[in-house]
Amino acid sequence: MILKPLFFITFILLTAPAFGQTIKIGELNSYKVFAAFLEPYKKGMDLALEEINTGGGVLGRKLELVVRDDGGTPGDAVRVAEELIARERVNVLMGTFASHVGLAVANLAAQRKVLFVASEPLTDKIVWENGNRYTFRLRPSTYMQTAMLVPEAAKLKKKRWAIVYPNYEYGQSATASFKKLLKQAQPDAEFVAEQAPALGKIDAGAVVQALAEAKPDAIFSSLFAADLQKFVREGNTRGLFRNTVVFNLLAGEPEYLDTLKDETPEGWWVTGYPWSEINTPEHKAFRDAYQKRWKDYPRQGSVVGYTAVYAVAEAFKKAKSVETEKLVEALKGLKMQTPFGPIEWRALDHQSTMGAYVGQLARKGGKGEMVNWRYADGTKVQPSDGEIRALRKE
Amino acid sequence: MSSSAVLLQFLNGLAGASSLFLVAAGLSLIFGVSRIVNFAHGSLYMLGMYLAVWLSARVGFWASVPLAAGVVAVAGLVIEVFLLRRIYRAPELLQLLATFALVLVIKDFALWAWGPEDVLGPRAPGLASAVTIAGRQFPQYDLFLIVLGPAVFVALHVLLRHTRFGILIRAATEDREMAGALGVNQRLLFTMVFALGAALAGLGGALAIPREPANLEIDLALVSDAFVVVVVGGMGSIPGAFLAALLIGEIKAFCIGLGYSEVTLVAEFIVMAVVLVLRPWGLLGRPLAEARGVTPTGDFQAASRNPLLIALVALTIVPLLSDGYALVLLTDVLVFALFAVSLHLLLGPGGMVSFGHAAYFGLGAYAAALLFLRWQLPMELALLAAPLAAAAGAALFGWFCVRLSGIYLAMLTLAFAQIVWSIAFQWDALTGGSNGLVGIWPAPWLASRTAYYFVALALCAGAIACLWRISASPFGYALRGSRDSPLRAGAIGIDVRAQQWTAFIVAGSFAGLAGALFAFSKGSISPETLSVPRSVDALVMVLLGGVQTLTGPVLGAALFTWLEDAVSREIAYWRAAIGAVILLLVLAFPQGIGGFFRQKLTRWSR
Repeated sequence: MILKPLFFITFILLTAPAFGQTIKIGELNSYKVFAAFLEPYKKGMDLALEEINTGGGVLGRKLELVVRDDGGTPGDAVRVAEELIARERVNVLMGTFASHVGLAVANLAAQRKVLFVASEPLTDKIVWENGNRYTFRLRPSTYMQTAMLVPEAAKLKKKRWAIVYPNYEYGQSATASFKKLLKQAQPDAEFVAEQAPALGKIDAGAVVQALAEAKPDAIFSSLFAADLQKFVREGNTRGLFRNTVVFNLLAGEPEYLDTLKDETPEGWWVTGYPWSEINTPEHKAFRDAYQKRWKDYPRQGSVVGYTAVYAVAEAFKKAKSVETEKLVEALKGLKMQTPFGPIEWRALDHQSTMGAYVGQLARKGGKGEMVNWRYADGTKVQPSDGEIRALRKE
Repeated sequence: MSSSAVLLQFLNGLAGASSLFLVAAGLSLIFGVSRIVNFAHGSLYMLGMYLAVWLSARVGFWASVPLAAGVVAVAGLVIEVFLLRRIYRAPELLQLLATFALVLVIKDFALWAWGPEDVLGPRAPGLASAVTIAGRQFPQYDLFLIVLGPAVFVALHVLLRHTRFGILIRAATEDREMAGALGVNQRLLFTMVFALGAALAGLGGALAIPREPANLEIDLALVSDAFVVVVVGGMGSIPGAFLAALLIGEIKAFCIGLGYSEVTLVAEFIVMAVVLVLRPWGLLGRPLAEARGVTPTGDFQAASRNPLLIALVALTIVPLLSDGYALVLLTDVLVFALFAVSLHLLLGPGGMVSFGHAAYFGLGAYAAALLFLRWQLPMELALLAAPLAAAAGAALFGWFCVRLSGIYLAMLTLAFAQIVWSIAFQWDALTGGSNGLVGIWPAPWLASRTAYYFVALALCAGAIACLWRISASPFGYALRGSRDSPLRAGAIGIDVRAQQWTAFIVAGSFAGLAGALFAFSKGSISPETLSVPRSVDALVMVLLGGVQTLTGPVLGAALFTWLEDAVSREIAYWRAAIGAVILLLVLAFPQGIGGFFRQKLTRWSR
């Protein structure tokens, strides 16, 4: 009985945080649940960290990443975030992948008054309806990515549209935004069929069949990962794409595109990341460094992880402090360079203006790639400031 | 829908049904003979997929199919001989815990061996394109599946009806003690049936690769589908499984064809609920033979009071030592301990397995959140009123569930939980849909970690004591009597169903309290609080701690929560690590940790 408290005290002493040495970034993510995206993400983070620390760190101190797996559920993620805040005493929280996990951590960040840089979750709500003072988001949101595709969609003047989306918030809000924006750009567009298979469980044959029955001119899809692959293969076999144009969010990201290989459907309009073709100086520098460090090519996740660490570092530099309130003020309106070019962290809704690439899919040598692409700047795909203020209830 | 569209969707349904049947058949065989609820069946299927993709790059698709099935059969053999065989004598359900651990280990193995990215297999050579049916393109491979399903069915039928091996399997399915008494080598039979079932799972996985990519999420998605098919058909009945697969395959295809694709989220669970309410043994199942010689679970000796009091005092002084993470973690432990103890009332004294206990946890959490956010009730009131919602849910579902028994009861609880889950998932306006609800924080005076910890401690300790007291009350004894011998209990005037129904309501209310405490400790909730993994976690906690002790579930909850926290921080492959720890514990302490301690204590006190 005496041993136990002794053991406990030793344990506390051993795990007591070392003070003052480094600036800590508490990064939590669903590394095992969304491993395909998050392994490259982690490599991107590590690269950025090494670059920053070789260059002398920030504020004369080294940056340190404290990385945790959040188990992919909001409940566990909140506990892990509490651990990062209370035990590790991190200066800033970063990460999360799924929207509901991101929202839960954002909610905790507001309660505990800690800065949270949500790197990956796409939900519009994290900066709009549920936005709060302490939460910032890096990636272009569902709304932004949808808005990027609308100009090309409207240009085609296709009348009959069918929609397919994974049945959860991301797919639902992509669909809602697309319908709204396309109707604005092309009032005579009709929506003739809608399919909402459960995430990860699409019954692709039946879905493709049902879409074909509606005889659409064009399809808007927000499927990804395994659902996308099943949809593409069934659609190819059943000839669904022969006379229909398809617009698919995210399908140009290497994480999803590379798995399609010789099934890659030609001519689809997608958002994504044509990593091998972007030759701006900032992207070349990033790509070379990444390939040198990891002997592998960068994915979308790599860019997100890399940029997120730099964003936090820039915030520390601009704030000249590690205090949360000063960091929040510093991030508002912060301008910085990224592999995709310069971005700004909007003071209005804490959304970064990082964009994405819009282009068409093509097959080359049994592999998929993006052609005819352009960079869609995140500043240009936003609703009006008034709408956002109304959503943020400010 | 035009008539040709109907025809095509019918064919789609048939193709889906065939693949469902392949997996379900193996699961049904295994359960029929060994009564093992094999959670790892989906993992074996996943293994079949990955193996087939990997092999088909080397030996071609058609050769890879039997090879993959063979390798998975060997894996099944190894699992049976080295793991399951050692624990057949242990309390029932321990095998379930072991197969759950296998799920974790196999998932991380696949991640390690084949990487995180989904891998799309090749198309089947010779059947790569489509044929024109009624003016529409239909994949040749799907036609092949439509033929293959019935072919496998016939082959299994012949095997079961007309071979000696088949006769033994049927005998063991009907009455395994009697088969054993007549000199059937049970060890060999169990091993062979498990390997056969695994081979079918592997075959199903291998045959799926032309239609879907091998991915790490398929295991749990698949095993729940397979269970539904098996239960709807009647456990152990191969024709039943075939019929159920057809029914579910067609219903899903026509939901999509008619434009109600959202329903596919729960279609199979709605079917299962309806079938089980109308036919308590599934479509073609028969009442399970009473397993004889099951040792009565014994009475739950109240754990000696002193250690418990010491533990309580220790928990009360923790805030003096730390105001940080220790409190957060302990709050989780307390909440889950209450959740596990509430499940234990059903599982232990009640003898009713619930696969859907998260329904009440989630109902409590959502009720608390909605009362607080939408109806603006003070947080304290919302917290205390939430269990009523869970009780109402438990009263409704329990009323149907207590009319069934064994695995059917368990699956009906799962069906109800999934239906509640899908409502929370889909009803955006009220529940916030898949994102859930945020901003559910305690009142300012309870908002600090320390204050909330004391709230959780007081409520959880009080509620757990209350549940223990209930187990030892006359009601608890009546419940145990109903479990051990429903006939005799009925004869002495105990209304068995009323006892069981009451147990559901009591357990549900306390789970609801745990859920409400959970909601306010996290500040947000999502449909995950109602999900299958949440139910499974509770089961794992109870089984890990030991069904036969009262304190077991508390120990199990503490150990499992602590493990998840500590291991996921230190080890990259933390799922496999947790799985391995559970396997070790299962083999070392088949009575659960609580049971182990009790044995030690009794021996020591003698």
